[in-house]
Amino acid sequence: MRIIGLFKPNRNKFILILAILSFSSAILFANEPAKNADSEHADAIVEVQDSSAVVAENAEATHENAKEEKFNPSELILEHIADSHDWHLWGHTSLPLPIILYTPKGLEVFSSSHFHHGEHPYTTANYTYKIEENKIVVLNAANEVDEAVTKTIIDISITKNVCSLLISVALLLFIFLSVANAYKNTVGKAPKGFQSMIEPIILFVRDDVAKPNLGKKYAKFMPFLLTIFFFIWINNMMGLIPFFPGGANVSGNIAFTMVLALVTFIVITVNGGKVYWSHIFAPHVPWWLYPLLVPVEVFGMFTKPIALMIRLFANITAGHILVLSLISLIFIFKSAAIATVAVPFTVFISVIELLVAFLQAYIFTMLAALFIGMAVEEPHAADHH
Amino acid sequence: MELVTPSIGLVFWTTIAFLVLIFVLGKFAWKPIMQALAEREQSIEDALSSAEKAKEELTRLNNESEQLLKVARAERDTILKEAKQLRDNLVADAKGIAQTEANKMIAKAKVEIDNQKIAALAEVKSQVANLSIEIAEKVLRNQLADKAKQEALVADLLKEVKLS
Amino acid sequence: MTGSIAAIGAGLAAIGAGIGIGRIGGSALEGIARQPEAASKIQATMLIAAAFVEAVSLFAVVVALLGNG
Repeated sequence: MRIIGLFKPNRNKFILILAILSFSSAILFANEPAKNADSEHADAIVEVQDSSAVVAENAEATHENAKEEKFNPSELILEHIADSHDWHLWGHTSLPLPIILYTPKGLEVFSSSHFHHGEHPYTTANYTYKIEENKIVVLNAANEVDEAVTKTIIDISITKNVCSLLISVALLLFIFLSVANAYKNTVGKAPKGFQSMIEPIILFVRDDVAKPNLGKKYAKFMPFLLTIFFFIWINNMMGLIPFFPGGANVSGNIAFTMVLALVTFIVITVNGGKVYWSHIFAPHVPWWLYPLLVPVEVFGMFTKPIALMIRLFANITAGHILVLSLISLIFIFKSAAIATVAVPFTVFISVIELLVAFLQAYIFTMLAALFIGMAVEEPHAADHH
Repeated sequence: MELVTPSIGLVFWTTIAFLVLIFVLGKFAWKPIMQALAEREQSIEDALSSAEKAKEELTRLNNESEQLLKVARAERDTILKEAKQLRDNLVADAKGIAQTEANKMIAKAKVEIDNQKIAALAEVKSQVANLSIEIAEKVLRNQLADKAKQEALVADLLKEVKLS
Repeated sequence: MTGSIAAIGAGLAAIGAGIGIGRIGGSALEGIARQPEAASKIQATMLIAAAFVEAVSLFAVVVALLGNG
């Protein structure tokens, strides 16, 4: 939350300050590796949390396969990045999450604890289910995966990511409804408390993102831009929290970014004016270039939101992979001494990730505003191109 | 491959979450917040512009009073000047009148004096004539024992009288 | 085998993006040094340009991921 504090004195330079801060803190940590373990509680927790996860992982692995002992970092990382049907808390404890299946025989709702961490199949009135590689499959009478039936069921379970998403939504609703309330109570007065932390960010989105790109029509798109900005940001931040309420890789999940990109695409397309469509289907080029250019422009319509989708997904996922890889180093080398290097470095990357969390939300919003601005462009402005 | 394959469940829930957020926040958060921000900015702008206006008004009033003062000063000056003129004129007039009056009086006096003089002279003449006649009578009485002489003298005297 | 080739591909993409973003950052710094008053505008434009360059390399990474899977 330091970011918000830094917002106030100079909004335009806070990114730079934050970057400098993160570097300096990283240097500080690098210089004092011994003190670091005490001073950074959060990261100590990351370490403990992750190590316990790894231990649990190994223990489970030995359960299943007595010979298997080798630590496989890429498997661990991919499992953390991916979605799952229960939320691992610590050691062998995990939070079972509800499973909701839309099947041809009706809606099925039951707890994921029936699967016993994916080890046992579970039989309901309709089908027998089992979790294989984080996916719910249907077993037939011979305990084999029934591909044909599996394809017909739609899994809309509250998974780890969905749960984290709902927590974020609740947080956002709580924060912004209370801030809106604060505005009602302090009409015509200076902002107070939490309101004064949020206000510079809202003004930042309005004055530095919406107004330069959208011009006079900015007010119409403010709700969309603000929602998308804070939704991405809070999910990015939640992903950086290493323990329970956070830690899920929501904004680094392609489904999440796809929905946001799709919404942006719909907003762009619905608001596309005459200039926008004529730019695509009748660009200012000789007519014989049309067969070449029109497909390129039409293709461009789709690549813009796809780029938005991939950018957010890859950035956030890369951050998670980086942090987990650094922590995995300890277990790859099987030495606690590596922690003196790996943990400060993880702190450093985590601080950078804080910046990236904001930056990616900003870039997504900025580009969305830019594309919408291109779509709603007025005819006279287009003549300059 | 699994990483880049969106799962239907998350797509479904994200869509719901986003739509809920955009509707609820749009209606109950962004709208009042943006409105409050716009209102506050408007009120600040209004306050600033009214302050500017007040300042302008003040300078205008200052200028006006300055102008008034100037006009008043000029008026006072002209009034003073006029008064002075008037005074001068009055004095000059009075002087002129006095002069003419004096002149008149002097002229009158002169005339009077002349008249008196003439009268006096006439008186003196008549006195002198009487005296001379008396003297002449006395002289004549003394001298004019002789008749011839008397007559010659009378003739001479008459001659003289005619000549004068 | 495909995994290694995918990794090489991702690495090559990283080189390209590194050069691109480096050039953008360098030019932005020059611009800010020349016109410090335009710093905030240059920063915003720099971030957008960097995001576009980055997107290309991320596409490559995703292709590498697809190849790996």
